[in-house]
Amino acid sequence: MTALAASRTRWGEVILRQLFFFCALISVLTTITVIGILAVETFSFFQEVAVTEFFFGTEWRPLLEPKAYGILPLLAGTMLIVVGSSLVALPIGLACAVYLSEYASQRSRHIVKPILEILAGIPTVVYGYFALTFVTPGLRQVFDDVQIFNAASAAIVVGIMVLPMVASLCDDALRSVPGSLREGAYSVGATSFEVTARVVVPAALSGIFAAFVLAVSRAIGETMAVTLAAGATPNLTLNPLESIQTMTAYMVQVSLGDTPSGGLAYKTLFAVASVLFTITLAMNLLANKVMRKFQEVYD
Amino acid sequence: MAANDLTKRPALGQRSASLRRRHLLAALFKACCVGLTAAAVAVLGLLIYQVAADGLPWLDMQFLTNFPSRFAEKAGVKSALFGTLWIVTLTALISLPVGVLAAIYLEDYAPPSRLTRVIEINIANLAGVPSIVYGILGLAIFVRFMGLERSVLAGALTMSLLILPVIIISAKEAIRAVPASIRLAAFAVGATHWQVVRAHVLPAALPGILTGVILALSRAIGETAPLIMIGALTYVAFVPAGPMDEFTALPIQIFNWVSRPQQEFHELAAAGIIVLLVVLLSMNALAVLIRYQGTRK
Repeated sequence: MTALAASRTRWGEVILRQLFFFCALISVLTTITVIGILAVETFSFFQEVAVTEFFFGTEWRPLLEPKAYGILPLLAGTMLIVVGSSLVALPIGLACAVYLSEYASQRSRHIVKPILEILAGIPTVVYGYFALTFVTPGLRQVFDDVQIFNAASAAIVVGIMVLPMVASLCDDALRSVPGSLREGAYSVGATSFEVTARVVVPAALSGIFAAFVLAVSRAIGETMAVTLAAGATPNLTLNPLESIQTMTAYMVQVSLGDTPSGGLAYKTLFAVASVLFTITLAMNLLANKVMRKFQEVYD
Repeated sequence: MAANDLTKRPALGQRSASLRRRHLLAALFKACCVGLTAAAVAVLGLLIYQVAADGLPWLDMQFLTNFPSRFAEKAGVKSALFGTLWIVTLTALISLPVGVLAAIYLEDYAPPSRLTRVIEINIANLAGVPSIVYGILGLAIFVRFMGLERSVLAGALTMSLLILPVIIISAKEAIRAVPASIRLAAFAVGATHWQVVRAHVLPAALPGILTGVILALSRAIGETAPLIMIGALTYVAFVPAGPMDEFTALPIQIFNWVSRPQQEFHELAAAGIIVLLVVLLSMNALAVLIRYQGTRK
C-alpha cells in the first residue's frame, strides 16, 4: 500500500486549494462586512437619536430644520409600493406561470419564456422612465387628483418589474409537481381548472409562497423606479395618488446631495439601510428555507 | 329507482348543467391565464414602442460622440458610454476569476462540512440583498476606508461584489453538469486534482460559465443605485483615462435626464435607453450564442 500513497506533498496543489477556498470565503466576508458596517454606524446613530423616536416617530425630516428622525413615513411609503406592486405582480405572475406550466404548448413556451426573461433584464431606471412618461400621464387621465410623483405609478412599474421573477419561480414550482397527480385528477373527471386549483397549486404552495416572499423582498429593495416616479416627500399616508418617499429613495436623495461624511445626516443613511437590510434578509432567509423544504418533498 | 329520476338525467352525449358550468369555468380560467400572459408580453411591446417613439429622433452619431450638456440639442452620451465600458471591463476582470474559483472550490474541493453549508446558504441569500445595500458597502469600504474616492475602480469593485453571487451560482451549475465519469477517468490515470479541474472540468463547463458571466455582467451594466451610492457623478464631461478617474455611466446619465422636468430631456433619456438596451441585448445574444455552441458539442 505504501507504494500507492502520494510520495510527496504537492505544494502547488495545496496553495491552489487555499486560493480557491479564499475566493469562496469572500462571499461570507461580504456578509460579515455589511453587517459590521451597518451595526457600527447604526449604533453611533442611536447615540444621538433615541431608538423610540426612530421607530415610532411619525415625521422624517433629517435634512431640514426642525429635524425629525421617525422612520415610519419611509416605512409607510415602502409598504404602499409593496402592496401596490404585489397586487400587480402576484396574481398576474401566478397566472403566467399556470399558463406556462399547465396550458402552453412547447412552442409558445419557447416564445413566452424569453420575452419574460427580457422583461426581467430591463434595467430599473428604464422602468422609472416608463412610469414618468407613460403610467403617470395615464393615471392622470383616469383620476383627478393625481400628483406628478405618486406611489401608484411607481407601484405599477415595480409590479411589472418583479412579475417575471414571480412567473418564473412559480412555473418552476408548478412544474415540479409530478404529472401523476394531474393524471389522477383528470382521470376522475376533473376539469383543467379543478386540476390546477385543487391539485397542482396546493401541491406547489410552498414554492409559490417562496416566490411571493422573494417578490415582496425585491419590491422593498427596488430603488431607481421609486426614486424617479414616487417622489421625495416622506409622507405618512395610505393614498397611493400622493407623493411619498421610500427607504431606498431617501438613500439616493442623500447620496445625490453633498452631505458631509460623518455627520448625523450621513449616519441616517446607515440607519435606514439597516432597517432595509434586516427586512429583506429576513424575507430571503424565510423564502430560501421554504424553498429547500419544498424541494425535498418531490426530489 | 323511480323513473322520474332517470328523466332528470341528461341523455347520453349531453352534459348536465353542473358539468357545463364546470367546463365553462375551466374555459374562463384558461382564457384568464392566456389573457394575463398576453398582457405581460404586451407590456414589453408597449415599453419598447414608448422608448423608440421618444428616443429614435434623437439618436445620431452626434449623440454618441458628444458629452452631456445643459442644452438638449448638444447633449450626448460619450462619457457615459465610456464609463460603462470601463466599469464592465474592470468588473469582468475582478469577478470572473474570483467567482469561477469560488465555484470550483464549492463544487470540486469543498468537504461536506458545516462551513461549506454556511458558505452555500450565504451565497444564496446574498443574491437577494438589494443592490443599494451593496452601494452602502462600497461607500464605506472602497470609497472611504480604502480611499479610492469616486473612481472607476471603486465602482467596479462594488459591482463585482454585487454580481459575484450570481456568477458563483451559475458557474456551480455549469461545473455540476460535467459528468463524473470524466473526472473519474482523469483521476484514474493519475492526474492531480488541479490537473483534472484545469484540463477536463473547466473546458467542459466553459460555455455554461461564460453564459452566466455575461448575463451577470449585463445586470451590472443596468445597475444604477450602487453607483449613485458610491457617488458616481451625474455630470461628467470627460472620458476616464484610468481606473482612478471619476466617471459616469449610461444608467446614471439616463437617471439624470429622466429626473429633469423638461420634455426634451425625457426624449434624450429615451435615446440613452436605446443605447443601453442595444448594449444589453447584444450581450444577451452573445450569451445565447455561446450556450447554443456549447450544447451542440
